Amino acid sequence: MTNPIPDSHPVIQLQQVTKRYGLGEAQVRALDGIDLTIQRGEFVAIMGTSGSGKSTLMNIVGALDIVTTGSYELDGINIDRLSEDALSVVRNRKIGFVFQSFNLIPRTTALANVELPLAYRGMDRKERRRRALAALDSVGLGDRADHGPTQLSGGQQQRVAIARALVTNPSLVLADEPTGNLDSNSTSDVLDLLQSTHYRGNTIVLITHEDEVAARAQRVIHLVDGRIASDERVNS
Amino acid sequence: MIIGESFRQGLTGVLQNKLRSSLTVLGILIGVAAVIVLLAVGNGSSKAVAASIEKLGTNSISVIHGTFRTPGGSSGNVQKDLTVADAIALTDEANAPSVKSASPVKQAGSVSCTYAGTSHSTSITGTWPSYFQTANSKVTNGNYFSNEDVTAGSRVIVIGQSVVDQVYGTVDPVGTTLTCAGVPFTVVGVLEKKGGSGFQDPDDVAIAPLSTVQRQLTGYGSLDSITAEAASLEASDAAQSEISSILDSRHGTTSTNRDYQVINQASLLTTSSSSNQVFTVLLGAVAAISLLVGGIGITNIMLVSVTERTREIGIRKAIGANRFAILSQFLVEATLLSVIGGASGVLASLVISQFQIAGVQPVIMPLSVLGAFIVSVAIGLFFGSYPANRAARMRPIQALRHE
Repeated sequence: MTNPIPDSHPVIQLQQVTKRYGLGEAQVRALDGIDLTIQRGEFVAIMGTSGSGKSTLMNIVGALDIVTTGSYELDGINIDRLSEDALSVVRNRKIGFVFQSFNLIPRTTALANVELPLAYRGMDRKERRRRALAALDSVGLGDRADHGPTQLSGGQQQRVAIARALVTNPSLVLADEPTGNLDSNSTSDVLDLLQSTHYRGNTIVLITHEDEVAARAQRVIHLVDGRIASDERVNS
Repeated sequence: MIIGESFRQGLTGVLQNKLRSSLTVLGILIGVAAVIVLLAVGNGSSKAVAASIEKLGTNSISVIHGTFRTPGGSSGNVQKDLTVADAIALTDEANAPSVKSASPVKQAGSVSCTYAGTSHSTSITGTWPSYFQTANSKVTNGNYFSNEDVTAGSRVIVIGQSVVDQVYGTVDPVGTTLTCAGVPFTVVGVLEKKGGSGFQDPDDVAIAPLSTVQRQLTGYGSLDSITAEAASLEASDAAQSEISSILDSRHGTTSTNRDYQVINQASLLTTSSSSNQVFTVLLGAVAAISLLVGGIGITNIMLVSVTERTREIGIRKAIGANRFAILSQFLVEATLLSVIGGASGVLASLVISQFQIAGVQPVIMPLSVLGAFIVSVAIGLFFGSYPANRAARMRPIQALRHE
């Protein structure tokens, strides 16, 4: 995991982004004019209560969903008007996902899970196996490569998921409540791992509602009713 | 690369649900095996019929006394006898160049024949030596009777293998005296076994000179039939019309009021093979329906599989699988099921066709094996495409939210 070469554009640039669901009377404004810029190498926590729009923001930022109005540039590429297949390429190349419920492919070994994004990229088997093993080593699970998800503890599963997110060397690691399903020991393991990833130069966006999790970040953004209520830099 | 990956994912999908996969495979297996076996049964039965007709002599043409037509056109006519003179007229080279020979036939039905206290009831055919060749009857042990025997009215007889089995057992019949309806005949020859399926045993026969049968057993009425032989298979239609015109002029009849019937074995063979084809197609159609049902089974199981793995599809999409990757994964899974089913169906049908089915020895058509296999692959692609498309079109957020 080398440092990405610094360049001029930010990793995330949202301008006047709105996202609306439904039509007419039943229309819901999940996001209501978000302006947000995240620079390379930042560790940002996005906080908010349920219904504040943080999941919607995560979907937009993760290229899983498209904006209703406004524009979104990811790593200098405007992705507002991309087709679904083009978005899947963007997700594959630019983003590493870490989900609350781990989301490993069931009945598939840790190694095969970590290899998967490289396989969808079309990398040859030998090379992706080498990289996947290196990624598993870096999260301390090199000896569990052949274990299936059911043979791993929650904390271990989440570390496999982190290895899967990092194996493509993405521009952005997007973690959605990564510790929501973990006990306190595993929580600090996973957070330590994310923090060391950050120290190695990765850009991390962490979505959470827990203060102690957010405390690991350099910058904390609060969402209320689809708007940014506060955006503070924390000097830790 | 992506295809190789889809193949491995699809294979994993098949192996992860062994019971479900094997039941789906069973559906295709039954369909494919049914198609191949039933076509083989149809094929086998038409081969058997063709073979038994060939044994009667494909070049032979039978002229049968009397008409099977319903009364009306022919009523009021006096039926003329079919005579030996008619038979001789049929061999006239000028009027009937396509006819090679003609043998008059007089049957004595259900005659009890006895040797050393064992008796058996059979029918005795009185005819000329030329009949043996026309009827494709060969003597393997002993000899044919001769034209001199016919002239002299000798009491000699050639018997079929079934008569030998029934009356003689292991004794060599040649040279013995077989007493039929009180008339002692000297057995001069035994016919080669014809075998065959059907209601009539072609080996349960006895053949004697016409003059002897007429004098001793039946009397001198009309002949039962004349068995003629065409010069070749191709000439049999020409021979049939030559025979009709000669007999019409001799009997003073026309095509509307004939007192005889001409049956051409070659045309009988064509008719029977075309009716067998219909039979085979029907069997194949029934089997194809079961293959279709197997295909619907694939759609069903793949829909379940897609629904069950909605979340997995969402994860795959989130980490970069495009539509094609998801589509091909599920298509590979469906096609694997149908190909495994198809291959084992072919194997099963090869085993099943070793046995007789409803008295018919199935004869596998190589094309049906290839066809059923290709169709089973096509079924996987076709019936898998709807579920696979559904998976490929899922939106990642909804799929990820699915519990």
